[in-house]
Amino acid sequence: METKNVMIVGVGGQGTLLTSRILGGIMTQAGYEVKLSEVHGMAQRGGSVVTFVRYGDKVHEPIVEEGQADVLIAFERLEAKRYAHFLKKDGVIIVNDERIDPMPVVMGAAEYPDNIIEELKSEYKVYDINAMEVAKELGNSRVFNNVVLGLAAKHMDFSKEEWLKVIEEKVPPKTVDINKKAFLASYEA
Amino acid sequence: MVEKVIMLGNEAIARGAWEAGVTVSSAYPGTPSTEISENITKYPEIYAEWAPNEAVALEVAIGSSFAGSRALCSMKCVGLNVASDPLYSMSYIGATGGLVIIVADDPGLYSSQNEQDTRRIARAAVVPVIIPSDSQEAKDFMIEAYEISEKFDTPVIVRTTTRLAHSQTVVELGERDERQPIEYEKNIAKNVMMPANAKNRHLVVEQRMKDLAEFGNTSKLNKVEMGSDTSVGFITQGIEYQYVKEAYPDACVLKLGLVNPLPEKLIREFAEKVDTLYVFEELEPVIEEQVKAMGIKCHGKDLFTIQGEYSANLIREKVLNQNLDLKAPAQIPGRPPILCPGCPHRSTFYALKRLGLHAAGDIGCYTLGAVPPLGVIDTTVCMGSSIASLHGMEKARGREFIKNWVAVIGDSTFMHTGIASLENLAYNQSTGTVLIMDNSTTGMTGHQDHAATGKTLMGETVPAISIYKVCKALNIEHVVEVDAFDNDAVYKVVKEEVNRESLSVVIVCGPCALLKGQTFPYKVRAITDNCKKCGACLKPACPAITKNDDNTVSINSTMCNGCGLCVSQCHFGALEKYEV
Repeated sequence: METKNVMIVGVGGQGTLLTSRILGGIMTQAGYEVKLSEVHGMAQRGGSVVTFVRYGDKVHEPIVEEGQADVLIAFERLEAKRYAHFLKKDGVIIVNDERIDPMPVVMGAAEYPDNIIEELKSEYKVYDINAMEVAKELGNSRVFNNVVLGLAAKHMDFSKEEWLKVIEEKVPPKTVDINKKAFLASYEA
Repeated sequence: MVEKVIMLGNEAIARGAWEAGVTVSSAYPGTPSTEISENITKYPEIYAEWAPNEAVALEVAIGSSFAGSRALCSMKCVGLNVASDPLYSMSYIGATGGLVIIVADDPGLYSSQNEQDTRRIARAAVVPVIIPSDSQEAKDFMIEAYEISEKFDTPVIVRTTTRLAHSQTVVELGERDERQPIEYEKNIAKNVMMPANAKNRHLVVEQRMKDLAEFGNTSKLNKVEMGSDTSVGFITQGIEYQYVKEAYPDACVLKLGLVNPLPEKLIREFAEKVDTLYVFEELEPVIEEQVKAMGIKCHGKDLFTIQGEYSANLIREKVLNQNLDLKAPAQIPGRPPILCPGCPHRSTFYALKRLGLHAAGDIGCYTLGAVPPLGVIDTTVCMGSSIASLHGMEKARGREFIKNWVAVIGDSTFMHTGIASLENLAYNQSTGTVLIMDNSTTGMTGHQDHAATGKTLMGETVPAISIYKVCKALNIEHVVEVDAFDNDAVYKVVKEEVNRESLSVVIVCGPCALLKGQTFPYKVRAITDNCKKCGACLKPACPAITKNDDNTVSINSTMCNGCGLCVSQCHFGALEKYEV
């Protein structure tokens, strides 16, 4: 199989690492060679963060380069726009329709762009969801990332059972049920 | 069946140390090396600790080596500067029990103050360097590093980079090599570095490097892959090898695992087989310069940047001359890292800003106090430098110059190298003001304990060293502790102490908002009807506050940790704390 390239982007602290580890887990279980690359340290303090996940028969570099991503999972819409140029022409964007103002916007030194999702839709195949709302309805806003993952999973070739198995392995034991619910809320919608 | 797991580079290094039979590990946290020590704690056969700094950590590992047991010391790139004193001597002394030092470089500067190349320091210290290219090699090369260390009687540096350290790839696990310590033998000529002994040892060191270079010609650490197209060939190492293979799967490659010293014979043979030779190495042209000194023509930094990380696209562009036709990134507001909501440092920085003070800064999350809108940090150099540089300013320009200045340092950085600097201020009669921002952890690297937190890396509870008592023991009369979340008190104390005509230390205490087990009983909400749109609450730069289109504000309740700094700025009752 040709190597597939997935990117998970968001704001430091949103939990991109957990999602990339779930993705890494499911791809490893399926027997692919998997490489992941993460950002730790300084960039986790509210900065823009990106995680790369690559899988296939043979994977060399652990990063996804510009123009090569098949799937872009964005936890925030400005971050979707920031990394959209990494996508292939027929790439897919899964975006959490949430706005988190970066400091230049909070300070009034820059404007948060309007119509991000509409503009992305004119160029790419985009699936958007207000995951925070869904997570809050489930009673735990922290699990919003598995709501986003559930939507992404609809566009990937793994079964529901495979996803639930790997979520069970990767999330903290006490939160397995709520995380599975969060995943299914969008996966089965 | 061999067990295969997907592992972070740093996790694989820890596994490799365990399989190699290591029994002692000492380190100071530093991105991107921190997870090595954290993963070592999974293995009960290894004693693992956080040392106050990298020099101490290396000296602990050296002790283990003297005692005949395999030891590990890990650090980030700039940590090696601190540890270089013991390193240079150990190059002369050699290693009894295997001694491996992991140094994690940071091409692209994800979290460091410079982009230094450890291979340069290793060459200066005359120490061999091994560089892995994925997690499997990270584990396997650790085992090989210990073999080399003991066989050639030398400390060995295993050099990683951020990309390798923080990438996960598949690893085949092995068994632990349970080893007995090597019998101790007193040997003054070898182990006591005074001039007469060091003269003789210097000759041994030079011969050792010649032997290692010869070993490199046949070692499995170095490998030649001949592709079908011999018009180009690459000499490369580490993660850069993956970029070469990605762009050019059929390339002719000499992949070096033992990068210092270089295997001259192997390089000459490879260079003869290819028409055009490229040296593809991130950071400094360390291999390139040596290849050129052998009289071999090659391309290197004439095509490939000295700054930042490499990629397969770099080869596609510069070697394969492909037009990549890449889209330009969108022109949108940047998202720099910032202090978290509920960060205990924010009240101090905001007080400094209101008082119009300058700060000599240090290394940690609080370096973020340099960026707008807080913008109170004027200088950041290296671990511990804030305190001594404030003193230098005073000695250069007098009390008048520093009366609007403070030094700002975190608890972990204070314990690392700040103590010695403060000793200097006390001894040499500074009149400066030092703010120790004690958030009870090593924050930026992801919450590691240190001597003043009262907990060890292996989870043991020990008596915490009191920073207050340390300052008092240095004969500093004015040492004040203040609660970081009492905003008015922070402002008042800083103002008072800056005006004091003698040395004073303010310890601003408040745990990091991300520290495990922290509970936040409050959150803040906006009462929009009362809002006068003055923007006062936005000034401390909390990411949980958003300005609405009509200039009123909203609080992101998921992000807010209820510290109340914004509430204390509002004079109109438009923000209120509530219990969750």
